[in-house]
Amino acid sequence: MNPTLAGILFIASLIAALALAYRFLGDYMYRVLTSARHTAVERGVYRAVGVDPDADQRWTAYARSVLAFSAVSLLFLYALQRFQGHLWQLGTHFVGVPADLAWNTAVSFTTNTNWQAYSGEATMSHVTQMAGLAVQNFVSAAVGVAVALAVVRGFIRSRTDRLGNFWVDLVRVCWRILLPISIVGAVVLVAGGAVQNFTGGHDATTLTGAAQHITGGPVASQEVIKELGTNGGGFYNVNSAHPFENPTSWTNWLEIFLLLCVGFSMPRVFGRMVGDKRQGRAIVTVMAILAIGGVVLVNWAQLHHGGTVPTAVGAATEGTDLRFGVSNSATFAGATTLTSTGAVDSFHDSYTAFGGAVTMFDMMLGEVAPGGTGTGLYGMLVLAVITVFVAGLMVGRTPEYLGKKIGAREIKFASLYFLVTPAIVLIGAAAAMATKNHETALNTGPHGFSEVLYAFTSAANNNGSAFAGITVNTTWWNTALGLAMLFGRFLPIIFVLGLAGSLAAQKPVPASAGTLPTHKPLFIGLLVGVTLILVALTFLPALALGPLAEGLS
Amino acid sequence: MRLPSWITQHLAALRAVLVLTVLLGILYPLAVTGIVQLPGLRDNANGSLVKTGETTVGSSIVGQAFTDADGNPLKQYFQSRPSAAGAGYDMDSTSASNLGPESIEDTLGDPALDPNSADGDGSSQALLSQVCSRSKAVGELEGVDGSRPYCTADGLGAVLRVFYSDGLSGTVTRAVSVNQRCPATPFIGTYEGVTVECAKFGEDYSGGVLVPVRGDAPADPAVPADAVTASGSGLDPNISVAYADLQVNRIAQARGITTDQVRALVAKNTTGRALGFMGEPAVNVLELNLDLDSTYPFHG
Repeated sequence: MNPTLAGILFIASLIAALALAYRFLGDYMYRVLTSARHTAVERGVYRAVGVDPDADQRWTAYARSVLAFSAVSLLFLYALQRFQGHLWQLGTHFVGVPADLAWNTAVSFTTNTNWQAYSGEATMSHVTQMAGLAVQNFVSAAVGVAVALAVVRGFIRSRTDRLGNFWVDLVRVCWRILLPISIVGAVVLVAGGAVQNFTGGHDATTLTGAAQHITGGPVASQEVIKELGTNGGGFYNVNSAHPFENPTSWTNWLEIFLLLCVGFSMPRVFGRMVGDKRQGRAIVTVMAILAIGGVVLVNWAQLHHGGTVPTAVGAATEGTDLRFGVSNSATFAGATTLTSTGAVDSFHDSYTAFGGAVTMFDMMLGEVAPGGTGTGLYGMLVLAVITVFVAGLMVGRTPEYLGKKIGAREIKFASLYFLVTPAIVLIGAAAAMATKNHETALNTGPHGFSEVLYAFTSAANNNGSAFAGITVNTTWWNTALGLAMLFGRFLPIIFVLGLAGSLAAQKPVPASAGTLPTHKPLFIGLLVGVTLILVALTFLPALALGPLAEGLS
Repeated sequence: MRLPSWITQHLAALRAVLVLTVLLGILYPLAVTGIVQLPGLRDNANGSLVKTGETTVGSSIVGQAFTDADGNPLKQYFQSRPSAAGAGYDMDSTSASNLGPESIEDTLGDPALDPNSADGDGSSQALLSQVCSRSKAVGELEGVDGSRPYCTADGLGAVLRVFYSDGLSGTVTRAVSVNQRCPATPFIGTYEGVTVECAKFGEDYSGGVLVPVRGDAPADPAVPADAVTASGSGLDPNISVAYADLQVNRIAQARGITTDQVRALVAKNTTGRALGFMGEPAVNVLELNLDLDSTYPFHG
């Protein structure tokens, strides 16, 4: 079969599988997340934690619970890394992680970014990986879904100040959604060749008599949730390019599916919750249009292999593993940057200039197509609010969405939400250039600037993938990117919960002849347009200095 | 006494973190590790180790280098792809090169320093020159044309710094082949009428415009792409079918067997695309070399 056709079939089979996930995983998640019943284990957890699962929280209390949980997670993970040298290690022998790196990593994993300024196999003990990092892979993903649920409740509830119970949302997502899929997925990955053991590895003597240390670790159990929870922090330095994390071409397909499936199922949950499946279908259509566009563009750029080195080579194979090939690697790159995953199975730094630019643009979309677990849905709903507002301005009517008026207060929250990330990215990149911290980049000129821009885009959007050719394990970079991740995660959460609180307090307005139907193609087209235009207006000048300058020179 | 609510909230959060750590951070990985002790999964879970007799020689899904202690290819073995993991295929420091598509200008070493010392002489090759030198070396080893677009005949990036009378425009005043250190002969004699110079350490060429020169090498070189580029993992266990084919003659000669005998083993160790459309057809180099050693032992 011709490689291009094989690449197209690869994408088409993913689309088909995700359509099924939207329908069936989406319905399952809806049932689980809206059920009034608690399982025995969950009741045990609530008792141990000391919370009343049937209490309903105000938006401020919900936000405080999110922040408290994340703050304690951060401190716990920080302490675990600092003291790993004194703990049981299951075969590895690592000393404590230095303070700035431990801070950066703790923020990175609690914010679902999973940016890695360290090399896994040379820094983290097995215990830190599984009891620290992998736990955050679960719970930071669950926090995203929890916030999304609270936001949807803002639309469906009326004249109330209550948005649900954070602890119940958190525990249910972990226990009834992420954990069962992870157990099955981990075993399937092992069947493909991923490792799962508690040894420090084996010493091999190669055919030519050289020494090779075959590493070990609980990899499969962490790999699966890394994708499913759109986290992306690899057990090993080379992430999902590593044969022990992603051993075959079909595990590669599975990992791409896992990192997209929750994001694409959330609109179904939304549609069911608002009692109109067409609303969910409209949102998922917008996500799909943007996602397919992004994936196809990266594929096109990589298969077309423009640029000096790719032309000399005859293919964009630098930084890709042979079992995946260029096309499937490009599909992974598109998927990982369109969600907030940031796992990589090939190295974006060595991508063609336009291929690299597309992955960056994907992240700049704000991780909404389909975005991270939960974060993608609430990000898209904020854009939908902005879209009905823009459409309302055009025809001179008070805009409304799902029966709620979009007034000054709602638009303020939505605008603040949207402005956070560009502000962090542009100020951060400018600060790096102004303080000469960009000089740790491996490449010079426009490509060096791309590395800086990519780093802040990835951190602020909680993506975590890297144009890896920049040394970020310095005090300045660890601190700056840590702050970027922290603000990039929690400021939007506060604003979007504020928006939800404001919507929940309203009484619904009945739809009239002048209401813009939000399930029709017109609205879908508007929402795609607003997303692209907002991002383009915000980031094009910066992109022009980096990848565009490189690609056009 | 009653604690303030902000404290009770954080205590609840702490208890939640601890409970979830036990469930998801300890019980879950233990359960998965328990399940994969089943026969059929267990060997995979332990790293797909390959043994000859009592010796572990590697993992069947992790690549290794088939070179001598100085890094020269051993002629009786199929060669793996270039690797950026440590000194090559080092599982304790996995890495890709992370060099970009326009990484075309080398850093020349200081001739006053020893390139073989621990610190080296400060030289480093850009990706283009790495590709060109690998292509030349593989071409020589396999007896085919190792030329590529944008490469000089001596296996470096064919790149000029061109100086113009008015900065970025005007007439060409000077041209330097930046990757060819003096006394090398530049890959072209003149550029727009100006004699091309070789590069000297310590001279600042940053005022010139970088111009890669395509040359007349075929667009589809004899040495395949995977033979000249480093993988993402640095541990790629595979090479392309084209790169395996290229090595067949050499292996047959070194081991004193026919090319058909080698081809049969290549075919045996080639996996097609999963389900016919996932990934790329790939040859497992370690398994192939093990098969060669057991079927047709090398008598060096």
